[in-house]
Amino acid sequence: MSPSDLITISPLLVLAFGIIAIMLMVTLVRNHALTLVLTITTLAISIAALFVSSSARSRQITSLLIFDNYALFFMGIIAGSALVVCILAYGYMSGRRNIKEEFYILMLMAVLGCAVIVASSHFVSFFIGLELLSISLYVLIAYLRSKPIHIEAGIKYLVGAATSVAFLLLGAAFIYADSGTMVFSGIANHSFTHNPLLLAGLALVVIGIGFKLALVPFHLWTADVYQAAPAPVTAFIATASKGAVFALLLRYFNAINARDYPQLFTMFVVIAIATMFFGNFLALLQNNVKRILAYSSIAHMGYLLTALLAGGTLAAVAVTLYILTYFVTTLGAFGVITVLSKKDNDFEMLDDYRGLAGRHSVLSGIFTGFLLSLAGIPLTAGFIGKFYIFSANVDGKLWLLLTVLIISSVLGLFYYLRIIVAVYTKKELATRERAPSWSLAGGFALGFLTVFLLWIGIYPSPFIDFVRIMVSGLI
Amino acid sequence: MILILLLVIPLLGAVLAWAISRWFAVLALLADMFILIFLSVAQENTWLMTIKLPWIEQLGISFQLGIDGLSLLLLWLTVLLGIFSIFASWNEIQERVGFFHFNLMLILVGIMGVFMALDLFLFYFFWELMLVPMYFLISIWGHENRVYASLKFFIFTQAGGLFMLISILGLYFAHGQSSGDYTFDYFQLTGTYMSSTLSILLMLGFFIAFAVKLPIVPIHTWLPDAHTEAPTAGSVILAGLLLKTGAYGLLRFAVPLFPKASITLAPIAMILGVTGIIYGAILAFAQRDVKRLVAYTSISHLGFVLLGIFSGNTMALQGAVIIILAHGLSTGGLFILVGALQERIHTRDMNQMGGLWATVPRMGGVGMFLALASLGLPGLGNFVGEFLVLAGTFKTYPILTSVAALGFVLSAIYSLWFIQKVFHGPQEKHRQIPDLGIREMAVMSFIMAGIVWLGLYPQPILNTAKPTLDKIQSKTTVSMVQPDVAK
Repeated sequence: MSPSDLITISPLLVLAFGIIAIMLMVTLVRNHALTLVLTITTLAISIAALFVSSSARSRQITSLLIFDNYALFFMGIIAGSALVVCILAYGYMSGRRNIKEEFYILMLMAVLGCAVIVASSHFVSFFIGLELLSISLYVLIAYLRSKPIHIEAGIKYLVGAATSVAFLLLGAAFIYADSGTMVFSGIANHSFTHNPLLLAGLALVVIGIGFKLALVPFHLWTADVYQAAPAPVTAFIATASKGAVFALLLRYFNAINARDYPQLFTMFVVIAIATMFFGNFLALLQNNVKRILAYSSIAHMGYLLTALLAGGTLAAVAVTLYILTYFVTTLGAFGVITVLSKKDNDFEMLDDYRGLAGRHSVLSGIFTGFLLSLAGIPLTAGFIGKFYIFSANVDGKLWLLLTVLIISSVLGLFYYLRIIVAVYTKKELATRERAPSWSLAGGFALGFLTVFLLWIGIYPSPFIDFVRIMVSGLI
Repeated sequence: MILILLLVIPLLGAVLAWAISRWFAVLALLADMFILIFLSVAQENTWLMTIKLPWIEQLGISFQLGIDGLSLLLLWLTVLLGIFSIFASWNEIQERVGFFHFNLMLILVGIMGVFMALDLFLFYFFWELMLVPMYFLISIWGHENRVYASLKFFIFTQAGGLFMLISILGLYFAHGQSSGDYTFDYFQLTGTYMSSTLSILLMLGFFIAFAVKLPIVPIHTWLPDAHTEAPTAGSVILAGLLLKTGAYGLLRFAVPLFPKASITLAPIAMILGVTGIIYGAILAFAQRDVKRLVAYTSISHLGFVLLGIFSGNTMALQGAVIIILAHGLSTGGLFILVGALQERIHTRDMNQMGGLWATVPRMGGVGMFLALASLGLPGLGNFVGEFLVLAGTFKTYPILTSVAALGFVLSAIYSLWFIQKVFHGPQEKHRQIPDLGIREMAVMSFIMAGIVWLGLYPQPILNTAKPTLDKIQSKTTVSMVQPDVAK
């Protein structure tokens, strides 16, 4: 490691120093607002450091981490989503009796984990990042601890994540036994024969990744965790955690030339179809908005997988752009839930939303926009993302996946519209308590996301250009 | 620039109507009407006006609009029915008036965009854009079963739209791979070279989307529900305009982009059209709900449009255009009438009506006129259209045409049945209800004048649409000749 390498990894260093600084500060003085300010400052400096890092000469730091444009882009959107989540969390936490400051420390640790994941080019760094992320999430999911349901979800996630990571490690060991390397790009070079040990290793790694992405059949934790975790944490799991792992999957997929392994390809096709179908189908059966969004996020991972399988530059752009639009949209949708949540429970049942438009017309409009974006309707970011996914599939001639994509998109419409219908149903105000109020910070975050939602939806050119430059080094 | 104004003015109107007063919606439409007058006077060649601005250049997407005679006629229909539907629902809408007109205007913007878009991405954009406000219109201001109807409407059209999206992308890549130029430009895509299997598959994607809208019989089931449950303005726009976007899509995109495939598919499409004519008519006769009755007549009448479009004959194509306009006016009028009736007697059940002529003679007269128009009385618009379609198709498909002509008989039965049940016979209950007021009569007299004009002197309309239709016709005939030469 040379001093210039330190400049390259400065985004990670900033995060790490921020975490320590806030930890030290909390031992001296506990102040919710001050912690938020420090967290935001840390994230902002870390985002600024991305630009410094991008101009540094050395990009590959040891064989573990690679700081190409692709990694920096994902670090940026992950830090950005954490910024939004923290701002939303401020309003969410302020009324509660819990200890508040550690929430932000854990959040920063999770961001650091995600940042390591997106930059990793080696199984060891991937593992470190994944553990850093998972351990922070165990605590964050069970953060409220007021009801058994929160603890239950935390434990569920702990058991699932630990098991899946064990599979991942076994897979990495198999791959190492066969090819003698744990560097992603080395795997493709070392093994010209596809022997069973390597294939078993690759398949086991998919289990580890599949758990984090909640791909069917590794999705069983999702709905319970989404429901029980505090709404801002749910937003973080749905976006940053999944986005980071998917970014890694795309890098890994390209590095090992996964399309050359027909068995692996078939496995992904089956997983993608199951994920799209079951995600959407199970969402139809829910009456809890957080659970609906949980299953919908499963389905969205399925859509992403189809583009991943298409391969090529267009697919890489499609995946990256879709993750960007998915981030904006999902953060927005969970943001609305967060700002509406009350002290003792989240605003999550479909019945709670009945007649929302009569009380909060602006918020209802924003919520509708985010839901329509999830459904992929024009004028919203989601449409551009979906358009790219379709393009990648048509380009790759994956007709079977396309057909499933259409059917599941239509199924998807049904439950998004169900929420919208509930929002716009007339309801007698007399039977309701006063409308929940929402904080200034939350409103600011939602306004910011709405601007992005419409901007990407109406004039996506700058974003497409940017994403193209960012993924250009990947393939 | 003028074309952009045509879209921006109603968009502004929508915002102002929500924020201030619904009069801004009317004003915006009137302003659009003046632009249309200007465009109608200045017509010379096929494309009256086009505009192309860069939009998403990375993908070859541009903001490209253009109008020819066909678009112009449909834009006229859009603006007129827009104004009529605002006035028709002046009293019906009491809640969230601003938001209602906001949605209404957005639908109109979407429809006008569909009629003008010459970039396939932009077309799809507008195509989807009109769905959401229509969904709101039905699900917020609709009748008893509105949630079910609006969901069904949205899911059917969205699913059809996704098939079209895949076809658009397929065409985009096929053109890009053969010419190296990746673009969504309509003019460039029209000459794309494709294998016949691919062109049939891609054509089917478009066909499904347009078939859902038109609607063609096996996938029509959203229509009766949506039309029945929508508020009056929603029904008028659905029947008068939204269905026409399907017909327009076939004329503008499906046939010109895939001329050979449309020749291959023509017999099937025409059989579906005739099935629709007969099936819609029979089901219309079986209804008790007046709005449902009118909805099923739409299926029947649009069967003629489908027949005309795929006949590959200029006369039949002209007939299809006349039906599009005449049906827009007559069915729009019928929905306004039925809406007014429901507003007064709070039921749509025909068994609870009867003998209303004595109480509301003006309504009876207007209803009689519209029913006669709908059954194809010579001298009124619908007759001209349906006659031209039948006359044009007869040469090539005599048997199909003969079966389609039965539709005339059936339409006479259901139209007169409607008049008989609602306005004649003994009065079920003695009702004291107000007749059509000045506002409603004004709307109705414009509609009736339009239908009479179309029936007596359709030549100017035919001339306006002729250059476009000639082009479509020449495309399908040229490719019809080619296989013969090969033999």
